[in-house]
Amino acid sequence: MPLDLFTVGDPIADTKAPVDVPIGERWSTRRFRARLVNPANRRKLTVIVVGTGLAGGSAAATLGEAGYKVKNFWFHDSPRRAHSVAAQGGINAAKNYRNDGDSVHRLFYDTVKGGDFRSRENNVHRLAEVSVNIIDQCVAQGVPFAREYGGLLDNRSFGGAQVSRTFYARGQTGQQLLYGAYQALERQMAAGTVEQFARHEMLDLIIVDGRARGIVARNLITGEVSTHFADAVVLATGGYSNVFYLSTNAKGSNATAIWRAHKRGAYFANPCYTQIHPTCIPVKGDYQSKLTLMSESLRNDGRVWVPKERGDERDPRDIPEDERDYYLERIYPAFGNLVPRDIASRQAKNVCDEGRGVGPGGLGVYLDFGDAMKRLGRPAIEAKYGNLFDMYAQITGEDPYETPMRIYPAVHYTMGGLWVDYDLQSTIPGMFVIGEANFSDHGANRLGASALMQGLADGYFVLPNTINDYLADGPFEKVDDGHPAVAEALQDVQGRVQKLLSINGNRTPASFHRELGRLMWDLCGMERSDEGLRKALDRIPEIRQEFWTNLKVSGDQDTINPTLEHAGRVADFIDLAELMCIDALHRNESCGGHFRAESQTPEGEALRDDENFAYVAAWEWTPEGAPPVLHREDLEYEYVHLAQRSYK
Amino acid sequence: MTATREGASFASGTATDPAMAPHGMTLTLRIWRQKGPADKGRMVTYQVEDISPDMSFLEMLDVLNEKLILADDDPVVFDHDCREGICGSCGLMINGTAHGRGTSGGPTTTCQLHMRKFKDGDTIDIEPWRATAFPVIKDLSVDRGALDRIIQSGGYISAPTGTAPEAHSILVPKKDSDAAFDAATCIGCGACVAACPNASSMLFTAAKVSHLGLFPQGQPERNERVVNMIAQQDLEGFGGCTNIGECSAACPKGISMENISRLNHDLLGALRAGARPKS
Repeated sequence: MPLDLFTVGDPIADTKAPVDVPIGERWSTRRFRARLVNPANRRKLTVIVVGTGLAGGSAAATLGEAGYKVKNFWFHDSPRRAHSVAAQGGINAAKNYRNDGDSVHRLFYDTVKGGDFRSRENNVHRLAEVSVNIIDQCVAQGVPFAREYGGLLDNRSFGGAQVSRTFYARGQTGQQLLYGAYQALERQMAAGTVEQFARHEMLDLIIVDGRARGIVARNLITGEVSTHFADAVVLATGGYSNVFYLSTNAKGSNATAIWRAHKRGAYFANPCYTQIHPTCIPVKGDYQSKLTLMSESLRNDGRVWVPKERGDERDPRDIPEDERDYYLERIYPAFGNLVPRDIASRQAKNVCDEGRGVGPGGLGVYLDFGDAMKRLGRPAIEAKYGNLFDMYAQITGEDPYETPMRIYPAVHYTMGGLWVDYDLQSTIPGMFVIGEANFSDHGANRLGASALMQGLADGYFVLPNTINDYLADGPFEKVDDGHPAVAEALQDVQGRVQKLLSINGNRTPASFHRELGRLMWDLCGMERSDEGLRKALDRIPEIRQEFWTNLKVSGDQDTINPTLEHAGRVADFIDLAELMCIDALHRNESCGGHFRAESQTPEGEALRDDENFAYVAAWEWTPEGAPPVLHREDLEYEYVHLAQRSYK
Repeated sequence: MTATREGASFASGTATDPAMAPHGMTLTLRIWRQKGPADKGRMVTYQVEDISPDMSFLEMLDVLNEKLILADDDPVVFDHDCREGICGSCGLMINGTAHGRGTSGGPTTTCQLHMRKFKDGDTIDIEPWRATAFPVIKDLSVDRGALDRIIQSGGYISAPTGTAPEAHSILVPKKDSDAAFDAATCIGCGACVAACPNASSMLFTAAKVSHLGLFPQGQPERNERVVNMIAQQDLEGFGGCTNIGECSAACPKGISMENISRLNHDLLGALRAGARPKS
């Protein structure tokens, strides 16, 4: 591709999955071939885990139980605050409790297909295998999954799956799974195997002699910047949806840890793969600080529509049936309002772009329960969706029983992340990446109820069975602040903090963040085009330039200073945004949640290009302003055959 | 004052769009400012203008902070994260009520409180949680580490990874499972402590004791769990529970007083069975 925005390097490949045996035996074979660490030696080995969400919390607890010395870092006050807590829907597992034909192979198949053939078969198969252990583990911990009257676990079908394999705890599944991991983690803290570093933010990775050996962290209360050493480092720091400023992520969710690691040599895979969720509460005004997701189960009974005429500002209740366009039912008669997330999102954008959007700013579509209320009656709707309707009323001040809800898509999850091999090790020896922070299992599109599964699979069952193969070579030679690489990383961080405080310009970190987010949403969001992405790539360096010359951060270094924290995160988002746009520009195909204007069928549907793009794009950072280097990992499909998705 | 200086607008609604025009509430905020644990602290008065009724309470504070940053003042520190009522980070005393009062007049989290609850010209008092066991870090941010230490003392079921039996080998009656879920929804925000005249953490502790004690898996450690968690909450400096019920009334997740009864029942049983706290 004729771009001077990047160069192409050597291909990259996973070398850890034992491909000499059939796929169903690969995980057990890998566990057998991985070297072990004698229990007596584990206490001599230190592992740093950054993050306490489903992946980080479960990994830190499990490694502590195994007898390693764990140092756990997180930026919140308590491990229980990690944003996994906000996941609503559920967690998939191939238990086949419903006797409806589910199996490990079917979950594997659905996930590869759902990822639009851009994930690795080996990793996904393993995910499906350990899914059943996750449910057992969580039940043993006391996670209060929904149950039936006979005392057995309840299941539901989720996200268009044809089997009922989703376990759930009302609309708070993420919260309950997280508390299970959190309680296991607190137990290890009491036992002394896990040392806690609350309100610490990782600001750099320390590499000594080619191995990840520690991190530089800032104590967010005292401002002290300090170094911490280990034999291996595990990043479980979540996704980067907040590059868009407005997303369903928590305010603090950020990309700094993975971006710093990327700048130290970890390849970043598929950064442009983001997921846009169709049923969020629309933006209200300039002050808006985040977006709130409502479960997509609402589309089971709600009908999506906009007025047929653009600029129709009548009260929705006064718009007669024949002047409404139920566009999903019209375009996709077979699936109607239940089309997958990416399609529902993109069509909402299309009708709003046509000027038929509703609500403030014209960025919204109606989700109407009028018919369902007539058919089922209000009590049935209350029983099914009461909590969601209350939440909507609380936020918007409108009563969705009386007037249609307004919804609009919002960024929700990032499938891209740091490149890892089958062992979940990054391109930096000794640095492992788990959960949403890595790129591994969801391809170009994540299925519902799969994020919780992946986070816990990585933390409870995968990492604790692969990291030993690396640690078997340890303990590594002791390092301290006197080592030149350590001193350099420490100075780097301190210099950066000082720089952010000293610019003393006229714009707050939030104002830059909003501007960047708007740009990314418009040009690198649901639909991307060559022209738009090039425009974004012209604009981002200008934003960066202004950021570093006109930023205003008040307050001091040596105290709790959220403005300073935000400034550092925005600086990294600006750099990441540029890589996302380059990745999106080079991938001239539509796939998964990523629609490319130049790659569509005559009917305007997404057109994947397996000939040219059936690979993982792993990007290498090059210092001093040189363009990034693309390393391709070719994807091969031995078990699930390549096919185009169709919902017509 | 508008929400952003540069006027970048997200919803493509700008000041020229009548639907997005400033709604113009002017409010007087009296906010607790305290530089650190050693500082005495004081209420400081601020004015905010053009506050939209659609803003959340925390977005209103964002607006104030943007103004303070550009004036080279120290912005007001407060904890927050998910802004959808589930992470438990936020927690402010608003006009003397923990988290303020939500849309229907019932409890809420601070992040789910919206400015349409207030009217033009109102004065709003904003203070941190006040309890000996929750020392102020700065301004409105307090240290709630004591709650984590209560969990450490016994708020778990010992089930190391890999040891679990098949999930369906443990049957749980639906009513127990539902009651356990209700208790388990506690988000650890600390509103119960802030609302309690004794600054007791009993509702928090009782929620966890109930959640785990209602499950068959939680039985082996049931007696030790309750005595150790009670001992830890005393050690942390929380007050004793006198069944006033302010905790439950302020709880954004509706954790009921029934959990405290269950804890008391468990505690009595445990003590009679000879359970004593560690050390």
